[in-house]
Amino acid sequence: MLNYIFKRLLSAIPFVIMVSMTVFVLIQLPPGDYVDSWAAQQAQSGETPDPATLADMRHQFGLDRPMIVQYGSWIAGMVQGDFGRSFAKNAQVTELVGERIGLTLILSVASLMLTWMLALPIGIYSAVCRYSLGDYIFTLLGFVGLAIPHFLLALVMMYVGVKYFGHDVTGLMSAQYEGQPWTWAKWMDLCSHLWIPMIILGLGSTASLIRILRANLIDQLYMPYVVTARAKGLSEVKLLCKYPVRIALNPFVSTIGWILPNLISGAVIVSIVLNLNTVGPVLYEALMSQDIYLSGTILLVVCALTVVGTLLSDILLVILDPRIRFEQ
Amino acid sequence: MDTSVKKQTGDVVLDVRNLKTYFGTGDKAVHAVDDISFKIMRGKTLCIVGESGSGKSVTARSILQIVDPPGKIVSGEVIYYGKDPAGQDLAKLNDRGKEIRSIRGHEISMIFQEPMTSLSPIHTIGNQICEAILLHQNVDKEEARNRAIELLRRVEIPNPGVAIDKYTFEYSGGMRQRAMIAMALACNPKILIADEPTTALDVTTQAEILALIKELQESYGMAVLFITHDMGVVAEIADEIGVMRNGQMVEFGTAEQIFYEAKNPYTLELIDSVRKLENSARAVRKNTATERKIMEIRNVSKIYPARSTFMGKTNPPFKALDNVSLDVYEGENLGIVGESGSGKTTLGNCVIRVLSCSGGEVLYRMGDGRIADLAKAGQHELRQVHREIRMVFQDPFASLNPRMTVGQIVGEPLLVGKTHTGAALRKRVEELLGMVGLPGEAAERYPHAFSGGQRQRIGIARALALNPRVIIADEATSALDVTLRSQVLDLLLDLQETMNLTFILVSHDIGVIRYFCDRVAVMYKGQIVEHGPAMKICSEPDHPYTKALISAVPGTHPRDKRIVNRHRYNAETEGVKMGGN
Amino acid sequence: MSAENKQKDDEQVVNMANLRGGIEYASQWTLMWRRFRKHKLAVVSMVVVILFYAVAVFSEFLAPMDPEAAASRKTQHPPQLFELHFFDEGKFAPYVPGYTKKLDMETSKISFTPDGSKVYLGLFVRGFEYKMFGFDALQSDLHLFGPKDKEGQVFLFGSDTMGRDVLSRVIYGARFTLSLGLIGVILSVVLGIILGGLAGYYGGWTDWVVMRVVEFILSLPSIPIWLAMAAALPKDWPPHYQYMAVTVIISLIGWTHLARVIRGRFLSMRSDVFVIAAKLDGCSEPRIIFRHMLPSLASHIIAQVTLSIPSMVLSETSLSFLGLGLQPPAISWGVLLKGAQKISVIAQAPWLFLPGLMVVIAVLALNFFGDGLRDAADPYSNH
Repeated sequence: MLNYIFKRLLSAIPFVIMVSMTVFVLIQLPPGDYVDSWAAQQAQSGETPDPATLADMRHQFGLDRPMIVQYGSWIAGMVQGDFGRSFAKNAQVTELVGERIGLTLILSVASLMLTWMLALPIGIYSAVCRYSLGDYIFTLLGFVGLAIPHFLLALVMMYVGVKYFGHDVTGLMSAQYEGQPWTWAKWMDLCSHLWIPMIILGLGSTASLIRILRANLIDQLYMPYVVTARAKGLSEVKLLCKYPVRIALNPFVSTIGWILPNLISGAVIVSIVLNLNTVGPVLYEALMSQDIYLSGTILLVVCALTVVGTLLSDILLVILDPRIRFEQ
Repeated sequence: MDTSVKKQTGDVVLDVRNLKTYFGTGDKAVHAVDDISFKIMRGKTLCIVGESGSGKSVTARSILQIVDPPGKIVSGEVIYYGKDPAGQDLAKLNDRGKEIRSIRGHEISMIFQEPMTSLSPIHTIGNQICEAILLHQNVDKEEARNRAIELLRRVEIPNPGVAIDKYTFEYSGGMRQRAMIAMALACNPKILIADEPTTALDVTTQAEILALIKELQESYGMAVLFITHDMGVVAEIADEIGVMRNGQMVEFGTAEQIFYEAKNPYTLELIDSVRKLENSARAVRKNTATERKIMEIRNVSKIYPARSTFMGKTNPPFKALDNVSLDVYEGENLGIVGESGSGKTTLGNCVIRVLSCSGGEVLYRMGDGRIADLAKAGQHELRQVHREIRMVFQDPFASLNPRMTVGQIVGEPLLVGKTHTGAALRKRVEELLGMVGLPGEAAERYPHAFSGGQRQRIGIARALALNPRVIIADEATSALDVTLRSQVLDLLLDLQETMNLTFILVSHDIGVIRYFCDRVAVMYKGQIVEHGPAMKICSEPDHPYTKALISAVPGTHPRDKRIVNRHRYNAETEGVKMGGN
Repeated sequence: MSAENKQKDDEQVVNMANLRGGIEYASQWTLMWRRFRKHKLAVVSMVVVILFYAVAVFSEFLAPMDPEAAASRKTQHPPQLFELHFFDEGKFAPYVPGYTKKLDMETSKISFTPDGSKVYLGLFVRGFEYKMFGFDALQSDLHLFGPKDKEGQVFLFGSDTMGRDVLSRVIYGARFTLSLGLIGVILSVVLGIILGGLAGYYGGWTDWVVMRVVEFILSLPSIPIWLAMAAALPKDWPPHYQYMAVTVIISLIGWTHLARVIRGRFLSMRSDVFVIAAKLDGCSEPRIIFRHMLPSLASHIIAQVTLSIPSMVLSETSLSFLGLGLQPPAISWGVLLKGAQKISVIAQAPWLFLPGLMVVIAVLALNFFGDGLRDAADPYSNH
């Protein structure tokens, strides 16, 4: 068991390295660099910086070095906990995004929990009471949930909030708590703001999870072992919980692997729309201004989070399912 | 048909009267069980025998009301004489109610065909047995566990104290069925319903399980309702027999009556088709075997290399074939017989190079006199060989592409071999279909229009297309009902006489081998343990494994209980290394 | 074992009395259609999908107004769809009431009030000039419907902040968004079939490499990666460059899912007995793949493709909405929704959500359609 976890952890390392290289290539992809986009900005406001200043800046930011060297020093710094500096904000990347990463994580994990809490009972209900009115309603809701893009739902929520409740649903916390230390009141404030983005994010994944669970459970409901258990004299409810639901839960757990990337993806776009102080809006700005260390760090962390999610689901699955434990 | 002999009601433990179980409603309803009546006697074994779709399983499940939806008991009574001497009608109980649940697994318990899928894969065996004990008996967990261990010991599972915490996939097939039986016995039931409990098992394991059930029945004094399609098994264990067809019971009687005085033509057909396989077809046909070697299999091995798993364990290399040597003579029928995992199918696949050999050579004398080594042949040579050596597959449903018409399927080798095109192709396909007893119009239909036996004929027609010299038939009859089996074998024998064919028949079924083959090679754990004339091997084998195998085959005569007197083979004491469970 | 359709037959006699065209002669497509037809919702969705794509193909002809024509005095004009009258003074003469914009000086609120005029609509009217599919030869000014008077203005879906007709823009947007979904899927399928097929057919290290790449891409959160890639696109590219670039970006991630499905199918089919039989029949590798394996896969691939279009559509909309996908003057549903980004705008003109509604309808219809196809894809299974 420990052996497996250790090996699984080891196998994540080359993966993270691959991710870091991909990310670095991606952020270097736009033509020109930060200094160019800075110069363009300056030119718009009427000042044209002279080439010497630009060259100076490049040298100072290390942008004149070959890409591979830049990558090397970025990674080397990261290992020591230094994620580089943001050119535009002139601050350490860690300072800029530290809290935002935490909030992103809180938002994603909270949505994941919501997704599971909704999908599990509904999925079981839909499978057991197949083709009932409730099943049809949930199926329809599920399809609609899948069909609405995150940002559209966020917009609709915003509209409904303003129009009918006179309530602004943007932001993750009230203005007075911004930049304040984490007090109880601030946590409560966060929770009161969190639920709307949580629902927006969770809806689509809930819908697909319900469908997955329903399909898996329906497969399991007619397995011979269910008949065996019934022939033993087990009551239907006990039987359902102990056997088919328990077995259908395994594929359910392994969905963390793809739901988490989805939620984090969604969190980025929803945050931009709702102006949540997660990494989303910062990433957007950084990408636009080619603030490479800022955008690179965010991308890397966001990808790493999904790697951790997959890792967790794999380990959980091994604990849950003896077949994997013994047969792998 | 009603029981002709009147029994005293005191002996009856279950009385089924006019039971009807339908799937669906209205005109479209499938009458799976259509007005059936029978009685089960205390401490006796009733066998219900029938072919697939006869409704025998549904009958068994109707008793406990565990028929899968949309199946429903429409009418009839199932009177159980348990605690209430006046009898209790199980068919009237609510199928989810407390009353029927207190009967299930307690008074009447059940074992099933597939022990692997009939047990939960993610709960330990002990957990599943204890559950049955805790449900119906007022004991604590500790005591339940002790009883479970005792039950496992009772069904002869070695080291029950350890085995109880294992999962189903750590058990072998026979062990799983033993565990199922232990679970069924947990509450000393009055009736054990066994639904094809040995169908998925090898013949030697089947013999062990049958003997175990017989022995437990006596010591527990249970009545057994045994559902099977195998007349041989029926002959071994039945006291009374009901023969079912299309949801109805066509004949009912004691074992003696059914086997020696059957009146219904269908019962006779069933018994005859099994008895027919007790003799060699060669006795009444001309012998086509010659002295000319057509193929020499020399020291062929197939080894699957060691694989280390992600969990840190290493699976040792697996020798599916271990130095196998065998000669095949022109015009003969060579049988390769063995149980699952013996390597018989691997041998067939290596000979035709569906699988590559790890070592050795397969020398084949081609039609033009050249010798080809199939183990090393290149693409081009192989293609030529594949025109002379053809294969008939086990599963008639999987082996025909459902998206091609029968004509396209049968004509495919002719088309890619560029031997026939256009009208000539169509003519040849009709001719081939005619040879296997199908009308020419069949060519334009799709496989889904045909039944299993007809599909197997289509598969044979495809094999014949290029006028082959050798046909490898891999379990070609085992997916078919017993009445169809001898028909297909006869067809192959007819074709042999007209087309000068050599057959290599791979099978686990001794009856099929005895009927069809001139010579037999017996395989066990990747090796050929014995080979020789079919009649000798099937009646007086030399090797102890073969003896065990042959003696485990159920006969068709209830008077000589073969299985009780069978020869047992223990590989360890015989000096053969056993694989782990 | 239940008493399902286990055939009982008399071996010797094959009943040939069945008429031609019976189920015995039905090819896989016929069987699929029979099964698909039972799925009513899927059939309805298929019709919707066909309609949507028809709109995308003939958008110039179907749009009543020039999508770029900005009516400066009719900005944020409310929808007139529900005020469409078909009869005027007892005669068939469809019209909508005309409105005049008023600005309340004190609250600075805009309101539209009927001014008593009527805008008459007609079928096959002459309107703005266009070149069908951009071909000079197909120049025309014929429209399916529109105001009879060339200068008349009708806003069935309302107008946007610049006074452009939302309906016409939605119709034009359908072309970009829906075709982008289709082309993106086709690119994905080509990549997916080639790589997934290679991996599934050859197995071994090819399979290992392809599958690791697939897993890698699948485990990345797609939107941030798209953002990064889309941010690299020059903003001044002409629309058709952007269009191709966005399509490529979306398919770069989209192919992985398809590749995985196709690989799985190939892998299991490689050991299917009828494929081994084909090999023994002497078929060459290409013949095995194209004659024996692909026909079985085709239905599954078609179903999978249909199910993949929605995610492409959603991706395009999301990217364009953020301003990283297509840029105006290109018109796509995402670009249109970008105009509804500000809460102050949508509070005033909620009809700007209509392109979003179109996205939802299109995605729903494609999903139901694809689901129906998937259920019908293997007509030989019993369920």
